[in-house]
Amino acid sequence: MFVFSLKSLASTKVRTLYMIVAMSIGVASVVILTALGEGARRYVVEQFSSLGTNLLIVFPGRTETKGNIPGLLMGETPRDLTIEDALALLRSRYVKRVAPITIGSGLVSFGHRNREVPVIGSTSDMMAVRHMTLMQGKFLPDVDPRNAVPVCVLGAKVKDELFGSSRAIGQWVRIADRRFRVVGILASQGQSLDLDTDEIAVIPVASAQMLFNIPSLFRILVEARSREELVPAQKEVLDILQARHEGERDATVITQDAVLATFDKILKTITLSVAGIAGISLAVSGILIMNVMLIAVSQRTREIGLLKAIGATGMTVRNLFFMEAASLSLLGATVGWVLGEAGVKIISGIYPALPASAPWWAIGAAIGTALGTGILFSVLPAERASRLDPVEALSRR
Amino acid sequence: MIRLEHVCRNFTVGDQIVPALDDISLEIGKGEYVSVMGPSGSGKSTLLNLVGLLDRPSSGAYTFDGIDVTHLTDAAQALFRREKIGFVFQFFHLVPRLTAIENIALPMLLAGMPREERKERSGKLLHDLGLEARANHKPDQLSGGQRQRVAIARAAVMKPALLLADEPTGNLDRASGMEVVSLLEKLNGEGMTLVLVTHDPEIGRRAARCIRMLDGRLD
Repeated sequence: MFVFSLKSLASTKVRTLYMIVAMSIGVASVVILTALGEGARRYVVEQFSSLGTNLLIVFPGRTETKGNIPGLLMGETPRDLTIEDALALLRSRYVKRVAPITIGSGLVSFGHRNREVPVIGSTSDMMAVRHMTLMQGKFLPDVDPRNAVPVCVLGAKVKDELFGSSRAIGQWVRIADRRFRVVGILASQGQSLDLDTDEIAVIPVASAQMLFNIPSLFRILVEARSREELVPAQKEVLDILQARHEGERDATVITQDAVLATFDKILKTITLSVAGIAGISLAVSGILIMNVMLIAVSQRTREIGLLKAIGATGMTVRNLFFMEAASLSLLGATVGWVLGEAGVKIISGIYPALPASAPWWAIGAAIGTALGTGILFSVLPAERASRLDPVEALSRR
Repeated sequence: MIRLEHVCRNFTVGDQIVPALDDISLEIGKGEYVSVMGPSGSGKSTLLNLVGLLDRPSSGAYTFDGIDVTHLTDAAQALFRREKIGFVFQFFHLVPRLTAIENIALPMLLAGMPREERKERSGKLLHDLGLEARANHKPDQLSGGQRQRVAIARAAVMKPALLLADEPTGNLDRASGMEVVSLLEKLNGEGMTLVLVTHDPEIGRRAARCIRMLDGRLD
């Protein structure tokens, strides 16, 4: 019986090929598009992890809403975060390290060459908190953060552009209107989220505050001792800051996980909607299969008549056409999957940074939809075929 | 074996009702050789289709081996056709993508017989027909006479009680026509009841019993 169905597929090669191609394009597009979406998601997740682990980010001002009477908070100016605030956070037993951050933009110059780059003011702990690595020299010295030591660490690209291949360590560069001695060069890491660490200069936080004439901090990065301690650490950080800010909860602490979860959610949504679009092409191939099967039924009317005359029941005829469509869809889905995976391989060959690979749920859904539409839409023509009157079917040309 | 009582079959053409069979009562015994003759449109094929359970009468009763088959379900009729009735058509109706031997084995495939038995039975029939050399040829590689002989083998492979042939020689030259008729007669000699519709008076005369039809009535 099954062989009979397969034979009829083999005998109409062009039609079979056509349908397999249609089906496989549908499946392949789902596989490739979801692989891209999933790749983007994983890329972001990895980027976030490279930012540091067990990270809390403190910034001034409050964005969360509470059950307070509206208007009560109005007119309130949040207090700035200071280096003292940052140091105070170290009193918490959940906090391992803190890195106060100020950020500005400054012209870095050496000799005749100069370059405008983001200048980050921080402390020696920033390297550990942000998982930075050095190519040469040392990071910022481990001294009291309130000391404006005139040293700087340059990003790999900044070093190249200012010094070329000559030695940079120990040289004095000018950043804005102050002079700094180069103590270290950051290893090339490339883009890490919004900040390209190849193109920055890092100086002590107190120096940056002097340089840009700002008494406050942009952020405080806090590293909790463990993942489990993130939540108590978050609460304690807020409590410490509240105590220091005359009882006002005027800082916001977000966990890296929260940011990550948001991005994760957004990108998952994108992946899903892209998969949905690809799903439409799958449905189209399903409808195509239905039409081709309908044509097949009318072309093979006489054969159906004959089968009925020699004792095939309506059920048998239905099963025959059903099996034909099912094996066609199965074959198309498999070919599409293989094609899709090959496409994904090619894409990750071209963009190695993108960890593109189709998630299992997408592959499952694609093949499921292909089989589903193929089989569902074959039931209709099969039903029609099974109801044909044998006498009429036999006499038709 | 076959008993038709006051059977009518009307067709609706547009809004006119055309009687194709008009009050036919007929009895055919086991092992009989009956030819049905008559001009075009006299209802020969309609009668054959009714007898072959491919069609249902508009009124009247049809009993086969004492069983009232008029009101059987479609599926039950299909089973009846498979087990008891063999058809031979004017246009052969072989499945073009299947080889001769596969065409012969088709009814056994539908009946769900094991592969070995299918092979054995269809092989033996081909041997009896002297078409062994053509076993793996597709229908378009066979001559008309060969095609009809394959079709007869297909009709006979389930060893049906009743063999129905609708102008089996209508598309053949005289020589192959005679071959086909003698093959059908041989099967009749083995005990199958044979009902043969034909235009050809010479073939019609060979039957032990000859039924003439005119305007849907037995003449």
